[in-house]
Amino acid sequence: MSLMRRASLAALLALALGGIGRVQAAEPLKVGFVYVGPIGDYGYSYQHDQGRLAVEKAFGDKVKTTYVENVPEGADAERVIRELAATGHKLIFSTSFGFMNATAKVAKQYPDVKFEHATGYQRGPNLATYMARFYESRFPAGIAAGRLTKTHKLGYIAPFPIPEMVRSINAFALAARSVDPQAEVRVVWVNSWYDPGKEREAAEALIAQGVDVVAQQSDSAAPVQAAERAGVWAIGQASDMTRFGPRAQLTSCMEIWSGYYIDRVRAVLDGTWKPDDTWEGFNKDMVRLAPFNPAIPPAVKAEAEKAEAEIRAKTRHPFAGPIKDRSGKVRVPAGQTLSDAELLKMNWFVEGVVGSLPK
Amino acid sequence: MSDAELLTLSAILAAMVRAATPLVFAALGELVTERAGVLNLGIEGMMLIGAVAAFAVAHADGGILLSIAAGAAAGMAIAALFAVLALGLRANQVACGLALSLFGVGLSAFLGKGLIGTPIEALPALPLPGLSRIPVIGKALFDHDILVYLSVLAAPAIHLFLFRSRAGLILRAVGENHDAAHAIGYAVLRVRLLAVLFGGAMAGLGGAYLSLTYTPMWVENMAAGRGWIALALVVFATWRPARALLGAYLFGGVTILQLHAQNWGVGVPSQILAMLPYVATIVVLVAISRDESKIKLNAPACLGKVFHSGR
Repeated sequence: MSLMRRASLAALLALALGGIGRVQAAEPLKVGFVYVGPIGDYGYSYQHDQGRLAVEKAFGDKVKTTYVENVPEGADAERVIRELAATGHKLIFSTSFGFMNATAKVAKQYPDVKFEHATGYQRGPNLATYMARFYESRFPAGIAAGRLTKTHKLGYIAPFPIPEMVRSINAFALAARSVDPQAEVRVVWVNSWYDPGKEREAAEALIAQGVDVVAQQSDSAAPVQAAERAGVWAIGQASDMTRFGPRAQLTSCMEIWSGYYIDRVRAVLDGTWKPDDTWEGFNKDMVRLAPFNPAIPPAVKAEAEKAEAEIRAKTRHPFAGPIKDRSGKVRVPAGQTLSDAELLKMNWFVEGVVGSLPK
Repeated sequence: MSDAELLTLSAILAAMVRAATPLVFAALGELVTERAGVLNLGIEGMMLIGAVAAFAVAHADGGILLSIAAGAAAGMAIAALFAVLALGLRANQVACGLALSLFGVGLSAFLGKGLIGTPIEALPALPLPGLSRIPVIGKALFDHDILVYLSVLAAPAIHLFLFRSRAGLILRAVGENHDAAHAIGYAVLRVRLLAVLFGGAMAGLGGAYLSLTYTPMWVENMAAGRGWIALALVVFATWRPARALLGAYLFGGVTILQLHAQNWGVGVPSQILAMLPYVATIVVLVAISRDESKIKLNAPACLGKVFHSGR
């Protein structure tokens, strides 16, 4: 009986699938996304998923997207990515650094599938990489913070001491000190991408130390909430967190993947896809600032927006010399800028950053 | 000390209380469950279910008391599921507890999908008259919301129940030797069911504290491992309520201190400080394991053992 039912179900399924095949002229392009966190984090993975939704909206029934969330960075990732490749996905985005080896391995096994890996450095004939210049958005945010601080103390909640964070903290500090030479940036590592309770307490700790602008690169809106309660400024992360601190949020350093994902899907549909290495910022709208808080003085807003426009136009580089490290040593002489290669492995703090830098 | 230093001290103390509160709830609940001889590893899952339920009710303007009750009830409901499997069907408690944790993470994420990105007002602080005026410690200790006070009161209440009441004696007897308790006519499974439900309600309250006041929002997996720390705390406390309370404050304190210490120029890497609670638990485990009498005195002898009434 059960066997019979199963057989008839299978027949029905085959019929249905066959039917779909006949009705549609072209098969939709299947696009897979692999996320390290939950799409409900309202942060990093959430923003990637916004990109996926934008792809669906832009291409309608020409694409079919699948996502897998909460994928641990390890052996599981390889299984998930292979599964996507094996089930007919022709374009796969793996969105966390730790998926790099798994993605590269599966890419070799599926040469007709196109892979895109975020924040990594391994490439191949069918494996592209992409990353956003998150540090760019930290610069105008830092200018506004430097202008608004009264205590000359800015806080920065950072997850892990990796070059990505060091770059962003440095850009923020350089910007703040360009308008307030007395400003210092106090860093607290929370050793977690995501722990709302700990992030809140990190914010409270900074506020207790006299910080009156709290920036964060961890994913939850808890620091913005804490700032709202304490009556200090906050700079949000990944998405616009205004709702969690309408008075506190100065701006938010948003990560925008929609444009990039739409471009890449279009390239596959057009047959023009290449295994590029993309590292763009304001110029390609991969980073964006949330609207500035209406309460800030227009002059401050204008100054920050000017910096943003200059970075977008590439007439200003956040890491233009002279830049000294914390020991006072000149790391970047006047007239020079840090190269991308140097930025990618940055492991030193600029002058004015307070706090430990675990190695 | 200067005024600024006193203010910082007060802020640190207040933060310690906040960080400890979810641990106090969850650890006290688990302590009672374990005293009855049931090991429920599902605290993390129960906390998350409690957190999402409390938040959902608060978000629908259900009011403070109803939100808190919803958190406790939801934790209890999912603990009942554990009880059906581990007590009713006599399944392995460790496996069921782990499954409950994973299930709770997933279910809470599913239920909370529509609640992401919608903040609520935190529970109001209720400064205790008089006490909250005391300099430094007044603001730090006596200016919190209702859940904080409830968590602190729960410890002596549970102590009195366990060691000064007949019902508590029965509960401990069931945990120490379920066959003997059964032989003299106590309903072992019913006692254990109630203990498991109580543990679930307390974990749910811990979760409710997270989503209602600690960080008044819902995001997936917001307990971030606190359920597991609570589990460790029960061992750290050698199954005594007062020590569980103390341990929770100690663990909470370490979490907070390591955040502050990073800017005091203390030369200890933050990762080491973050590990401290777990290291402390292992030290206590080793210390009590060295002395057999200490284990016998405290660890419920039937902890985690399946009870067969027919035997």
